[in-house]
This record gives sequence, structure tokens and C-alpha cells, in this order.
Amino acid sequence: MYDAGKIIIGLIVFLGFATFPIWHDGGKAVSAPEPEITAYAKKIGHCVEPEKWMRANHMQLLDHWRDAAVREDKRVYVSSTGEEYDISLQNTCLRCHSNKEKFCDRCHQFAGVHELYCWDCHLESKEMKKWAATDESF
Amino acid sequence: MGCNRREFLKIAGLSTLLGAGGNAAFELLRPGALEASEFVEGKRSLEAGRWSMVIDMRKCLGERNCTKCMDACHETHNVPDFGNRKDEVKWIWKEPFENTFPDQENEFQTEELEGKPFVVLCNHCEHPPCVRVCPTQATFKRKKDGLVMMDYHRCIGCRFCMAACPYGSRSFNWRIPRTAHNLQQHRNPEYPTRTKGVVEKCTFCDERLAVGLGPKCVEACDEKALIFGDLDDPKSVVREIIRNNYSIRRKPELGTNPSVFYLI
Repeated sequence: MYDAGKIIIGLIVFLGFATFPIWHDGGKAVSAPEPEITAYAKKIGHCVEPEKWMRANHMQLLDHWRDAAVREDKRVYVSSTGEEYDISLQNTCLRCHSNKEKFCDRCHQFAGVHELYCWDCHLESKEMKKWAATDESF
Repeated sequence: MGCNRREFLKIAGLSTLLGAGGNAAFELLRPGALEASEFVEGKRSLEAGRWSMVIDMRKCLGERNCTKCMDACHETHNVPDFGNRKDEVKWIWKEPFENTFPDQENEFQTEELEGKPFVVLCNHCEHPPCVRVCPTQATFKRKKDGLVMMDYHRCIGCRFCMAACPYGSRSFNWRIPRTAHNLQQHRNPEYPTRTKGVVEKCTFCDERLAVGLGPKCVEACDEKALIFGDLDDPKSVVREIIRNNYSIRRKPELGTNPSVFYLI
């Protein structure tokens, strides 16, 4: 083999570059951002369904909520724990989770779920932030 | 242990049946659904066979520039106002008598009716042409009470419904509604806005009916010119009024069977 030294050194350098991500971040996962729970939500203490289930299935729940309310006029959700909730993204979900940026957007950004257009229509307004700020008004 | 073909098929069939009825299949078909949860109608919800409205034009002060019903409706439902006819979005508005009832082709008309502004809104027809043409069922007739509803999530903005509606009750959002000056200043935080590219219209305040309230326009009219009730119930207020007063409807000859009645 001609120029064996150069080639081998070149190969080592190439392998070093090619495998850089593996030995640099090897075994470590980038930590997912934690959704921030508002003080009001903490006071309430529970979501419509158990937190773990909500994390995995909130998108299905929101879809079912939408169809039930809009198309079947069933506007009350009886959760698996037997509690009743008004079906409303703006008036029920956002009452606790009034911090959309730190509750919804953060994780969606991380997970690459950008195509949602909920907020083109549903209001995430200052008024709602005011509700959350004045806990005692409920 | 041996097993002949007959036994094998028996066992396979039985286990398929068990499997299909079991929780495994349930999870497979509807992932994430909680078995104990359910959807129910609100207890305060108002019920009717067919919601309808009587508009008593003898009481209406529309010609004296009263716009209370329209203002109340448009404010409640975050209807954008761009200040020009091209981008206009309207749920309830005024139309001169001749345009409201183009089939009343009297050559001469009483002075009282000539050019009189009539309050018009979606007629919530029994046979809504808009629903027939909607390719996505974004607009649909609610079976239980006859409301012609809009599901903005499904609307693709094709505007077939606008072409089909003989009453001009539907408006297209040419522009982003939130950029309208009135929505910049004030929004009802409890009701959504719409998005650019969907068609919107009056829904007889379905969101208020669900919590036991009547339509906002009816509530806003100080003259009690708007009356709301169940057309299927012979004892209802609307039926009582229609029984005792001569009423007309917009373009009934088209066979849409509108649910809004006018007393003139």
C-alpha cells in the first residue's frame, strides 16, 4: 500500500469525526423540558385525568372533547375518577394552564409538534392570565 | 398433545371471539381511551325539537338606528369588523324589506314597509342547502334540535355553503379576524375567534343554550322584538305567536323551510 501512514492517519481522523456524536453524547439523552405548573393548578392539585395518562394521551382527549362538544353537544366530561368537567379548551384547560408558553409550547417545540393551529381561534388572552393571577376569584 | 384440524379451528375461533371482546382489542382500536370516562350533556342545557325565532318587526327599532341585537351578538362571538363591505363578517344584520323578501313583488308598497330595515340572520332551515353542499360536513344540522351548526375545525374554506345559502347568512374570513380593530381592542375571553379561511355564521348561540341561556340577541333586545322558542312544541311561545299573528318567512318557495318567522 502506498502512503499507508497518511491513509491510516486520515482514516483515524475521519472515524474520529464520523463517530463524534456517539462518544461526545454517548448514552446521555437531552432532557425534555418540564411543563411548568401554575400556582392555581397546584392548588387544584389534579388534572381531569391522572397526570401520567394526560402526558401520553392529552391529544386524543382534546380530539374527543372537540368532537363531543361541537358535533354531539355533549359538553360535560365525566372523568375516570367520576368528576365532571365542562368541555372547553379556553375555559377549562386554560383556566389552570394559563401559561401556554411554558406548559404547551415548550414540550411541543422539543417534540417537533409545530403544526398545531389551536391558537389561531382559541384565545390565550391576557384576560385569562388575569383569572389565573387572581386565584381567589373562583 | 395432538390436535386435529377441526379442534384447532374451534380453539382458534373461540380465542378470536374472546380477543375481540376483550380489553386488548378495545385498546387496539381506541388507544388511550379510558373505559370509565364518558361524555354527557350539561344539566342546564335547554332542549327543543326545533329551535326557531320570531322577529316582530312591528316592535323593532332598526329604522331608528338601533343595533343592540347585532352589537351584542358580534361582541359575544368575537365577530371581526374590518370597516369595509368586502371583508365584512356578519351573523345578524339589517337588510331592506325588498331585499329580505324579494318574492314579495308588490309594485306599490305601504310606506311603512318601503325600505324598512329588517333584522336578518341564519334561518336554521329544516332542509339547509349549505349542509347539502358542504364537502367535509363542517356545517351540519344537529339532529336533536335542528340547529345548523358550524365545525370550524373541519371547514376548508371552499365557500360552497355561501353559494348555496339563499339568505346570504354566511361570511368568509378573508383576513385574519384578530387583526380587526374591534378585536384588537376587545375580545370575549370565553369564546374563540375564527381563523382566516373559514366560513362563519349564526349558530343560535348553541354555547349559551348549553348552559341554559337563550340567544344573546334575544336577551339584548329591549323591545322584546325577538322571540325564541321550540317550533315542535305546540304550547311554546313561538307557536302561540305564530298562531295568533300572520307571519312570513324568507323565500319559503325554495323549500328550505326556514325557522325564522317575521311579523310585519
